[in-house]
Amino acid sequence: MAKTQSRVTIVGGGLAGLAAAIKVAEAGVNVDLFSMVPVKRSHSVCAQGGINACNKVARQQGYSEWMHFDETLYGGDFLNHQPPVYEMAYWAPRIIDLLDRMGVPFNRTPEGQRDLRMFGGSLYKRTHFAGATTGQQLMYALDEQTRRWEAEGKVTKYEFWEFLAPVLDDTSGGGVCKGSVAQDMRTMEIRAFPADAVVMATGGNGVIFGKSTNSVICTGAAAARCYRAGAWLANAEFIQVHPTAIPGEDKCRLMSESARGEGGRVWVPRRKGDERHPSDIPENERWYFLEEKYPDYGNLVPRDIATREIFWICRDGYGVGGGRMVYLDCTALPGATKHKLAGIFEIYEKFTGDDPRHVAMKIFPSVHYTMGGLYTVYTAKDDSKGMVPGASNNMMTNIPGLYAFGEVNYQYHGGTRLGANALLSCIFDGLFCGPSVVNYVTNEVKTAAADLDPALFTRSVEHEESRVHKLIDSNGQFNPYTLHREMGDVMTDHCTVVRNEEGMSQAYHVLRRLKDQYKQIKLSDAGTWTNQTLVFARALGDMLIYAEAVLAGALARKESRGSHYRSDYTERDDANFLKTTIAKYDAAADRPILEFEDVPQPLVPPRARTYGKVDA
Amino acid sequence: MPDTTAKTLQLRIKRQDAPRTKPYWQTFQMPYRPNLNVISCLQYIAEHPVTLDGQSVTPVTWDCNCLEEVCGACTMLVNGRVRQSCSSLIDQLIADTGSNVITLAPMTKFPVVRDLWVDRSRMFEGLKAVKGWVPIDGTHDLGEGPLESPENQDIRYELSRCMTCGCCLEACPQFLLDGNFVGAQIISQVRYFNMHGTGRVLAADRLGAMMAPGGITDCGNAQNCVKVCPKQIPLTESIADVGRRTTVHAVKRFFTGK
Repeated sequence: MAKTQSRVTIVGGGLAGLAAAIKVAEAGVNVDLFSMVPVKRSHSVCAQGGINACNKVARQQGYSEWMHFDETLYGGDFLNHQPPVYEMAYWAPRIIDLLDRMGVPFNRTPEGQRDLRMFGGSLYKRTHFAGATTGQQLMYALDEQTRRWEAEGKVTKYEFWEFLAPVLDDTSGGGVCKGSVAQDMRTMEIRAFPADAVVMATGGNGVIFGKSTNSVICTGAAAARCYRAGAWLANAEFIQVHPTAIPGEDKCRLMSESARGEGGRVWVPRRKGDERHPSDIPENERWYFLEEKYPDYGNLVPRDIATREIFWICRDGYGVGGGRMVYLDCTALPGATKHKLAGIFEIYEKFTGDDPRHVAMKIFPSVHYTMGGLYTVYTAKDDSKGMVPGASNNMMTNIPGLYAFGEVNYQYHGGTRLGANALLSCIFDGLFCGPSVVNYVTNEVKTAAADLDPALFTRSVEHEESRVHKLIDSNGQFNPYTLHREMGDVMTDHCTVVRNEEGMSQAYHVLRRLKDQYKQIKLSDAGTWTNQTLVFARALGDMLIYAEAVLAGALARKESRGSHYRSDYTERDDANFLKTTIAKYDAAADRPILEFEDVPQPLVPPRARTYGKVDA
Repeated sequence: MPDTTAKTLQLRIKRQDAPRTKPYWQTFQMPYRPNLNVISCLQYIAEHPVTLDGQSVTPVTWDCNCLEEVCGACTMLVNGRVRQSCSSLIDQLIADTGSNVITLAPMTKFPVVRDLWVDRSRMFEGLKAVKGWVPIDGTHDLGEGPLESPENQDIRYELSRCMTCGCCLEACPQFLLDGNFVGAQIISQVRYFNMHGTGRVLAADRLGAMMAPGGITDCGNAQNCVKVCPKQIPLTESIADVGRRTTVHAVKRFFTGK
């Protein structure tokens, strides 16, 4: 079909969604872009530390794209599919160049070149940054470029619109995605949007865990809605808990890995329950436990390792004041370095009152990133060294015409994401796979979605309208916000840092009880204008279903790998579990059905993931 | 001394059901805990939407996302002052005013959608008129961008932190709900794009927009903007810089036609 007649819907205006929008619009295809917030406010703006790529300096010190690729697999505990990671590592330097040309104010060296910092999971400086707010500057550059295409009429933005469901056409046997249904969150109008392809770029699901470093829209509901419609989830049990966040009443605020990358040190007093002010505790009475246990990587071990070490230190009573806090100390850093970290220091000071320049920060781990997500496929090159550019199935889900880019895509990070690889994978998906979407709509779609039988779309709209009525009319006694809080508590307690059969089974029972109570929900707002309670209550239903898939995967995976750690199965078991967990939704029984798919290892064989730990 | 041993606090909120309906006030009471912010209080109300005098009402509607002052969504008037509600810490507010009653109201310079949620699309639309982007030659791999000195980057980075929150416009006496002055936000973004090696290709277009009605000459130099910007962006420096360059541009255009 001619490009100018084609229409692509992109759901989500973060880094992945905007990168895709720019690529697709540049190719001449029309884009409808949905976002629950003005795209500039997408959760990508919260990313702080930086974006990874091999570069001129690191290369001359012995680094290479291959090493970046290998680091990512090692960090991911070999659960990652290798060809996409290879492609991403080789594309990374070009992505930095493009963002540079777009105007991202990367930090500069005295000569005016792009500066670099250390980051987790690498022994080389390969992270590019803009202060300590890199996600924000990258987002804004893509927002600006998208606005340019908007001004030219190629991109139409639907901000404050929420995706409700994909529209699947079953007429040629096997549902093909032909668009979606969405709702205006202000007028509450529900409308169908025919499209020749739909790209989900809807981010992670931290809100399922209650408090996390995520923004309030990161519920995972959009992905769950695709799952309910027949899209498979993959590796849902792989949730990243970031080691350093400021616990809060409304959310946990991220303290970027860049603080450690620039020399910040994690420590606790050697003496349990030491009540002295941190500045009064001398060096030899401080336990820099990450440095002592991991002499090579020190404070920059991958996140799951740092998180578990912090978790156990506090469990054993060494936390600050005996509680769940450790110190992240940046007081000894030089002035220029502190200036580079101003963005995050400002957040710490605004929300706690203490100035990290003079007082050690108090932090604790928090849910942060979703490695799992929608299942996707790709076409690998014959030698597995990368993906075939433009292959129309690159990062397509199991539903033809429905793609998943960015954090919602389960690819690239395997069992644990390395810091500064997310900004990379999200932008990479949009830029590299955007042309795949264009090729799909041009070469494989024969009839424009807009020319299909309108009944296909009317049915979908009616289905969503009836879902709304059901919620509004529900006259039970349960408050959605209360149910959400209970779900968050049980998922955080039993399905994050340390998991085991007993705790997770308990959580499973609580979830099933919450699902029953959800059927007896009562909304305190039954209105038809800007009804945020309805939006939340509807998302809660989807979150409960997604949470069940997360728990089911964690229960079935009887091993420890990457961020999935079980105290009852502490070793990695490649023989049985070097596989992707696939969850398919059984709508009749309202539960996930799990299958396992082998992960091929064509380029790098798995090895033990110890990061040079010194055995105590 | 403010009474932080008090067991409760009250939120007095200016509500409005829809864009053209009359606003009205409602007060909610909730248990006090240390380390609350305005957002966690609004979340409490969402879970317990009952007013101080026992009336069951709909939860208060408000706009927010990141909760850590990088997205710009949660701007509102807290005790009469425009700021981000996520970083409005209850303990600080009680200490400042000596009162356990906190007043919330929507911004006045943008049309209300409902309760505390206003429509700031004007701020985003304004970026189109000044061509708020770097005009790259397409997304093909063409190598690096221009070299940039650390000094230039330092200034550009500060300006790049604008999160389109609208505080500067709320505080500005010249920016009106039904006026056309673009305000500090747009003027500072003009400076930002004109400072970039490739961005400055469109400098003439942007400065031309600054000469148009609603442009830089509408600035009255009240300097409220820089005082309320949550990111301490040097807005008055931007306005001075753009003002100077617009004058030079106007003179050049007068004599050379370009």
